[in-house]
Amino acid sequence: MALLDIEDLEVTFRTSSGQFRAVDGVSLHVDAGEVLAIVGESGSGKSVAMLAVMGLLPWTAQVSARRMAFEGRDLLGLTARERRKIIGKDIAMIFQEPTSSLNPCFTVGFQITEALRTHLGLDHRACQTRAAELLQLVGIPAPEQRLKAFPHQLSGGMNQRVMIAIAIACNPKLLIADEPTTALDVTIQAQILELLVKLQADTGMGLVLITHSMGVVAETARRVSVQYAGQKVEEQTVADLFRDPRHPYTAALLAALPERAVGRRLPSIPGVVPGQFDRPPGCLFAPRCALATPLCHTTPPPRREGALCHYPLHDGIAQGHPGRKETAA
Amino acid sequence: MSLAVSARNLTRHYSVSRGPFRDPATVKALDGASFTLARGKTLAVVGESGCGKSTLARAITMIEPPTAGELTISGQTVVGASAATLRALRPRVQMVFQNPYGSLNPRQKIGHALEEPLRVNTGLGASERTARARAMMAAVGLRPEHYDRYPHMFSGGQRQRIAIARALMVEPEVLVLDEPVSALDVSIQAQVLNLLADLQEKHNLAYLFISHDLSVVRHIADEVMVMYLGRVVEHGPRAAVFENPQHPYTQALLSATPQPDPTRRRERIVLAGELPSPLNPPEGCSFHPRCPLCFAPCRQMPPALLAEGTSLVACHAVNPPPADTEAV
Repeated sequence: MALLDIEDLEVTFRTSSGQFRAVDGVSLHVDAGEVLAIVGESGSGKSVAMLAVMGLLPWTAQVSARRMAFEGRDLLGLTARERRKIIGKDIAMIFQEPTSSLNPCFTVGFQITEALRTHLGLDHRACQTRAAELLQLVGIPAPEQRLKAFPHQLSGGMNQRVMIAIAIACNPKLLIADEPTTALDVTIQAQILELLVKLQADTGMGLVLITHSMGVVAETARRVSVQYAGQKVEEQTVADLFRDPRHPYTAALLAALPERAVGRRLPSIPGVVPGQFDRPPGCLFAPRCALATPLCHTTPPPRREGALCHYPLHDGIAQGHPGRKETAA
Repeated sequence: MSLAVSARNLTRHYSVSRGPFRDPATVKALDGASFTLARGKTLAVVGESGCGKSTLARAITMIEPPTAGELTISGQTVVGASAATLRALRPRVQMVFQNPYGSLNPRQKIGHALEEPLRVNTGLGASERTARARAMMAAVGLRPEHYDRYPHMFSGGQRQRIAIARALMVEPEVLVLDEPVSALDVSIQAQVLNLLADLQEKHNLAYLFISHDLSVVRHIADEVMVMYLGRVVEHGPRAAVFENPQHPYTQALLSATPQPDPTRRRERIVLAGELPSPLNPPEGCSFHPRCPLCFAPCRQMPPALLAEGTSLVACHAVNPPPADTEAV
């Protein structure tokens, strides 16, 4: 049984200008001991989908899914009280901006022990010992002294380590890391990624890594799901995705990386991600896609060979594509 | 080939108050940077936060005068120049900022934002200013109807185009780009990088490209300057720095950058510790507490920036100091 099993998740926000669908039919599953990366640009709905799992969306959001289960338990039907027993204990999350995610009014020691008191009911002394242990585990030197420090006294990298310590305090079965290294410097990013992968391997928890960096995906994950404008456009193992992307969006995204460029000009993707008012009726990527045909512009694509596309690529060749002439029409 | 910028031993120190009963401390934000930048070329400045990249940008754009050193912009000396000279020089160097959400006035229409540099720096009439703004909008890929819109109506990539257009309005020779694409998504980043390459070719611009993203730098730079805690640690042509990095910090930076290639498994050098406080930099080589190659002289004296192949490197391990100092 999968640890996290989501089928057809939809998240709609009520905004003053109407309904906005941020997540549109996303399905994914995570097994214990697995690293799944969710990659996508801003506005692709990758964070919102995971916040829906955590139950952290504001009241304007409507969440619906055919199934959203954690260890076989339905997450949608839970009462708030029941949900709080799981969230923070069995499912934990790390956020992007460590310095603003921690409460500036309390010491990091208090914020770590808060989780221990709430979920495990440990007494004061046991809490302190465990908190120091956790700080040691995430590689903070002199942990006993650091427990008394406030977030503003620590650097960004240290704060992210504290966030990780809070998240793993109750030995979660699933850890969701939402862009854990985006706000950090390159050398600190390497440290944090190393730490996350090591913790994941040691504890055997499932890890969902949300990121926009293809480099981070290639180096840490085994399976990757690519999202675009709220839809999952493709899912493959990391090795296969980089070798043979199925969806034209993935292919274009990989080609746009400066590392893969051959000339001075990068093969860029024209246009921007569709917003609330310019969602195309057919394939959401069609207006920017080099291979789009009239069919793509009018009909939502089926899921073929793991990709949400009318003409999924196979070794760079679009399957069943009528050819360039039709594209121009 | 004419030199657009030439800096020698450029230094900027800040005095920081430490409370009423203590002497103010000195932060050596920029400690002796020397380089030249020719028209049509790109010099990339690489380093982590706190390494002095932005201080360097502020000195080059004449926002702040350097504490010491020489700075020449298109042949004219900046340090000690008269206010009138500086006023004439400032339009030659323009800047594009990192965050296009913060660098545009939300209450100013795009057209007016583009015309403002002309209004301040030139005596052009209103119709001429409008014509130039419209021409520039077309040159950076904005549509004519965008002229009357406000910044919030644009996406991040378009805003960065506006910021670039605004910087180019006074026809500068040098463009200082402070992390111009780090706030943008990959697909938009490629569009902006292409635009920058086109504009450089068309206007023969010199770019000072500040970035922490080595993959972008590798794509766009002609020369690379790696900085650590206010000092230049390695400076050389792009190929030399990327294919044969000599300074241990450059090596660590390169190996820490995630590569989008799952088939390449390499040994990652994970540096221990973090950037020390610039208020209290370590003795000797400022990198030595994190350096895997650290040996005795590193703790005692700062290494000089010496030629090594086609690059300049500041490291005792690469250029061993004379034997007598080693014994100290």
